[in-house]
Amino acid sequence: MTRPQSEAEYLASIVPPSIRGVDRRTLLRGAVGVGALLGTGALAACSSGSTSSGGATSGPITGTVTLGSNQSDAVPKAAVQSVVDAFQKANSGVTVKVNTVDHNTFQENINNYLQGSPDDVFTWFSGYRMRFFASKDLASDISDVWSSSITGMSDALKKASTGDDGKQYFVPSTYYPWAVFYRKSLFKDKGYQVPKTLDDLKTLGAQMQKDGIAPIAFGDKDGWPAMGTFDQLNLRINGYDFHISLMAGKESWTDPKVKKVFDTWAGILPIHQADPLGRTWQEAAQALQQKKAGMYVLGSFVAQQFAKGAEQDDLDFFTFPEVDSTIGTDAIEAPIDGYMMSKSPKNEAAAKKLLAFVGSPDAQNIAVKADPSVIATNDGADQAAYTALQKKSVEFVKSAKSIAQFMDRDTRPDFASTVMIPAIQSFLKNPKDIDGLCNSIEQQKKSIFGS
Amino acid sequence: MASKRKYRGIDQLSTRDKVIVGLMVVVPTLIVLWLVWLPAIGSVLLSFTNWDGIGPLSDIKFVGVQNYHDIATIYPPFWPAIQHNLIWLGVMFFIATPLGILFAVLIDRGVAGTRFYQSSIYLPVVLSLALVGFIWQLIYSRDQGLLNAITGGTTDWYGDPDVNLWAALVAASWRHAGYIMLLYLAGLKGVDPSLREAAKIDGASETKTFFRVVFPVMRPINIIVLVVTFIESLRAFDLVWVINKGRNGLELISTLVTQNVVGEASRIGFGSALATIMLAISSVLVFAYLRIAMKED
Repeated sequence: MTRPQSEAEYLASIVPPSIRGVDRRTLLRGAVGVGALLGTGALAACSSGSTSSGGATSGPITGTVTLGSNQSDAVPKAAVQSVVDAFQKANSGVTVKVNTVDHNTFQENINNYLQGSPDDVFTWFSGYRMRFFASKDLASDISDVWSSSITGMSDALKKASTGDDGKQYFVPSTYYPWAVFYRKSLFKDKGYQVPKTLDDLKTLGAQMQKDGIAPIAFGDKDGWPAMGTFDQLNLRINGYDFHISLMAGKESWTDPKVKKVFDTWAGILPIHQADPLGRTWQEAAQALQQKKAGMYVLGSFVAQQFAKGAEQDDLDFFTFPEVDSTIGTDAIEAPIDGYMMSKSPKNEAAAKKLLAFVGSPDAQNIAVKADPSVIATNDGADQAAYTALQKKSVEFVKSAKSIAQFMDRDTRPDFASTVMIPAIQSFLKNPKDIDGLCNSIEQQKKSIFGS
Repeated sequence: MASKRKYRGIDQLSTRDKVIVGLMVVVPTLIVLWLVWLPAIGSVLLSFTNWDGIGPLSDIKFVGVQNYHDIATIYPPFWPAIQHNLIWLGVMFFIATPLGILFAVLIDRGVAGTRFYQSSIYLPVVLSLALVGFIWQLIYSRDQGLLNAITGGTTDWYGDPDVNLWAALVAASWRHAGYIMLLYLAGLKGVDPSLREAAKIDGASETKTFFRVVFPVMRPINIIVLVVTFIESLRAFDLVWVINKGRNGLELISTLVTQNVVGEASRIGFGSALATIMLAISSVLVFAYLRIAMKED
């Protein structure tokens, strides 16, 4: 066989002789036709998701209700299961099918999940993330559950469960505060005092460095933990209202107020553990646990890295120190986890019954007992069995005037993950260029919030 | 082809043959259209919109080249990502692949304990890159890692943006070299020994024999190695994703696409624009490769 002289000839030589007879135009025509068919199929499939079913609620409540849960770790998973068991015991005739999905996978697939065939009830968070799905019509209004069967929830919690349209879409289950955690024994041994103001914190930090301890444990490899530090500083420097409106995209990131937050942060970076970008929060928490670090700004889930019993009892916390005396320290962060009902549940009556149950003190007692790093949202929950840390958390949250969720729950998730994570990480790498950083955030914010 | 009879086209075939031939053409075409072209064209189209992945297609708003403009001007991770992709390609091409070839040649010459070397170099290939990332995390961790424990250093291997790309490339090369070694070893075993003997008789040195005789004979394998290197470098993703989700010095185009499209962020339009850019870059390489491959055949 001779070598082909051109590309076309080469291509032609690949085709076996038996089918060379097929006219190229025929083939093309066929392909176009098939393409069109597939195309219309895809369009039809995409638009068919918008049909809805009304779902009547009358009659006795029976049948199966499905629950999509992101509580995939062993401890919280068992907690969900025991709540479900208690529900089934109280409502014979109703079966709950729990569908547990890995925590991160659940979160990453939430858009597709809610638009596909979601479970009747699903676990989710309060804040912007809840209001977003409510306004996109991917969750059901459950105001009637709130008015008929939910008691013992504070007004703040009800507000945190309310969508943009004033209706409730969420039932709070548990929450946990963010604060500055420390080991009582370390503070006692070295004679450290809990800092009340930023200056106190700096003095304490200098003292700890003299004693060979990293003052504030810090890890931001995953990108989100440092958001907590930003939130704390912004709440202390500019207050709750500005923070929430900044998160909602209503304030400019080039505002001197925002620059002051980064400025203040840059001032206390030297008393943070060095090289945070390669460290996970677990590693940072272990530094606190091993007394290599003195304090840690994190949620109370930091306790998961401490052995149950004496070691967890040694763990204590204080609110982030005051920066501006006119702002004070009465705004805190305490993200709320809870449940929502999907758009068109197959068994609406049972789903609402289940939602009412998870908000009740009985259910929350079970949940909190199984996972002691969180506290119940219902005031009626039994606090006698709480650990010292849980009791303190309850007091802490109660005494707060305003409660923020967390940066990635208070703002658009696309803004939080694709703009703020890289921005904060670049700040930690180079804390000097605050103007450039704020400009870059503002430009991207306009692009995202403007769309 | 052998017969002199005039070829009368498709009419020559029986109905059954026509159906079978038709199916053989249509089914793969459909699969390619459905799985490759439809999503590709869809991505290109979506890249001109600001769709958030929710709601019917009729809600999609066209925003022109806004996404591309934003990517090039106000999206800080983009240019580093392009740079990192090129560095990745360069390191795979100039270091990892030659290293794999070197391993293959050495093992082919029959050093003592060939099997041991062969399996230990190949072992990382069997592991998924996600697992490779985890294994190296144990070595690289700043506070608890093996490397800093032995050297007593405090280098933040995965966290320092000046270092972590190279640290990740060491891990990726560790795996890539094994893969190339295996491919090349298979090729070397197939080289006709008489060629080497002839070269030896002619007085060629070992190095000369390899570069002048063996290497040219291995042309098909060389092309495969080249293609594998290209593909592996362009689709580099899982390792950096495991390390830190492709942020802070480890940005790659693929991770930016994933950060924007997958997950709650759902900037489908913006992510599609990034994906289209990646498609364009890959197309250039694929086109160049096809040109070379076809010209020479």
